[in-house]
Amino acid sequence: MSILINKDSKIICQGITGKQGSFHTKQCIDYGSQVLAGVKPGSGGTEHLGIPVFDSVKEAKIHSDAQISMIYVPAAYSADAIIEAAEAGISFIVCITEGIPINDMVRVKAALKGNGCRLLGPNCPGIITPDECKIGIMPGFIHKKGKIGVISRSGTLTYEAVYQTTKNGLGQTTCIGIGGDPVRGMSFIDCLKLFQNDPETEGIIMVGEIGGTDEEAAAEFIKSDVTKPVVGYIAGVTAPKGKRMGHAGAIVAGGKGTADEKYKALDKAGVSTVKSPALLGEAILRLVD
Amino acid sequence: MNLHEYQSKELFREYGIPVPQGYIARSTDEAMSVSKKIDGELWVIKAQIHSGGRGKVGGVKVAKTIDEVSRFSKEMLGRKMVTNQTGPDGLPVNSVYVESASEIQKEIYLSILLDRENEMISFVASKAGGMNIEEVAEKEPESILKITINPALGLMPFQTRELIHGLELDKKQGKEFSEITKKMYKLFLDKDASLIEVNPLIITKKGELLALDAKINIDTNALFRQPGLLSLRDSSQEDPSENDAAEKGLNYISLDGDIACMVNGAGLAMATMDLIKLHGGEPANFLDVGGGATAEKVTFALKLILSNKNVKAILVNIFGGIVRCDLIAEGVIEAVKEIDVKVPVIVRLEGTNVEKGRVLLKESGLKILSASDLTDAAKKAVAAVTK
Repeated sequence: MSILINKDSKIICQGITGKQGSFHTKQCIDYGSQVLAGVKPGSGGTEHLGIPVFDSVKEAKIHSDAQISMIYVPAAYSADAIIEAAEAGISFIVCITEGIPINDMVRVKAALKGNGCRLLGPNCPGIITPDECKIGIMPGFIHKKGKIGVISRSGTLTYEAVYQTTKNGLGQTTCIGIGGDPVRGMSFIDCLKLFQNDPETEGIIMVGEIGGTDEEAAAEFIKSDVTKPVVGYIAGVTAPKGKRMGHAGAIVAGGKGTADEKYKALDKAGVSTVKSPALLGEAILRLVD
Repeated sequence: MNLHEYQSKELFREYGIPVPQGYIARSTDEAMSVSKKIDGELWVIKAQIHSGGRGKVGGVKVAKTIDEVSRFSKEMLGRKMVTNQTGPDGLPVNSVYVESASEIQKEIYLSILLDRENEMISFVASKAGGMNIEEVAEKEPESILKITINPALGLMPFQTRELIHGLELDKKQGKEFSEITKKMYKLFLDKDASLIEVNPLIITKKGELLALDAKINIDTNALFRQPGLLSLRDSSQEDPSENDAAEKGLNYISLDGDIACMVNGAGLAMATMDLIKLHGGEPANFLDVGGGATAEKVTFALKLILSNKNVKAILVNIFGGIVRCDLIAEGVIEAVKEIDVKVPVIVRLEGTNVEKGRVLLKESGLKILSASDLTDAAKKAVAAVTK
């Protein structure tokens, strides 16, 4: 099994005709993902990458019966795109777009509350269940079907964890990039819950970074609700205060969100923490094998 | 993007938030002439830099005569001011704000910002304003008041009442305070702010509320729809190499160490800095070259990190996912040749076509050390500077 997506997942892509949307949707299709329709207002009735394009999510959903939308539309229009998907009855929205204004995301988050649909991202690499379905921009070939669940706030750092568990033979059930923005959809806790309940996931790797308190909240949850082994790494021990380290959310502000605090919380919760991302693979191997 | 105090106060005036009478001055003469336009016989001269903590280093002074206005502004203008927030190089004072002095009865702290914990906008207030609010928050957390705004409802009257009660304001002040919070929330949304801070918001001896300081940060992600704010940017208050990098789509932050790094992805870039430190070295910068690491981008990035004269070694760490490692290797080789790099370059590649990439580096005949993995890369980089 896996979480959230599998070989039967039916997907539409919002922003399929753009440069990024086009390139990555093709990669997803080549990996085996069932991308059945695209959305681009004004281009309804055309075809792109051999897929029918519609003017709205509503129409694309009727045509494809998709439950999932993958979003690549530019930041200025992303809030609209997310809400359009949610209103059309899409149950899982993966928003890859980077640079969405904070106030837009504040409104989106509040609007999605109680709607029942899940949002992953924005500003994230997406989600993949190896050999079954890839929704996002991660390189498919580094993954291998297996037993580790991976959750991360960063793209390339996720790939490091994935690659190590591929090389040591453990493989992954599902890998989720929750994204680097301060206001985002799924949190570490949302993902931990799903991995805890997934019978095939035997161990979990979580990769956090400075900024916010999502990792601290996750630590509390792990202590009370997660029985599977968890390995944790936090990036940004050496990051200077008050400086935004690339990701909009990676900033130590007002003395809050330091890597030290996060490590402390994870250690206290019984997570096996590592101080180098190079050690993630061996650490989880020790606990799972 | 940060705004200066004078720019923030201009926006306050526009929105009807009460501020003392004041004018910006870029020279001593200008400071003297604008002070004559201000009622009263006491002036406050404030250095305009993108930093707090000015008061502790002579950046805020009260002048009793026009001569003092001249003397104080002369002392501030043209100098680099170092505060506990600027770093050792400080920030240039290119203008001073001349303001009518106010008689303070009470100092309040008031801010509106993104509250990351609940992912909504919150007002934070304290009757212990004026001092270091972070210290207050730590020592007397109960004195910090917070209300969180549901974006669908906006700021509700009961929430403002909660703050007014907590701040112990009287009826008239409460009415003024309520107007101020409404206007601050509107300003926050209209201008896509990520923070508006008033510290202190004072109650004058006459019992009126007045914003004595004003700090506004704008969400850079939203600048595309805030054309009017773009002209308020003051690049003299920013790091020039960080700005150059941003123009080329790179994320660069200079640090104090001697091992430069060039990495794809912000998380991996942070992790690379941490690895250098873990193995006994000090990183010279944070640099995320992003997804498409072309030869042109790599060349620019190498030039940029070498403009820091402390750099004794360069660590290139690329996880080639969508980007192929052989292309990245070609980029690094071209760049190292073109710039004639004198310091050792350690390259760690992983991902698509990694073998091809490593062969290219090896056969280039250049002084490029290939690292087998993350740990090996960090060790080789640290060894290169400690030799």
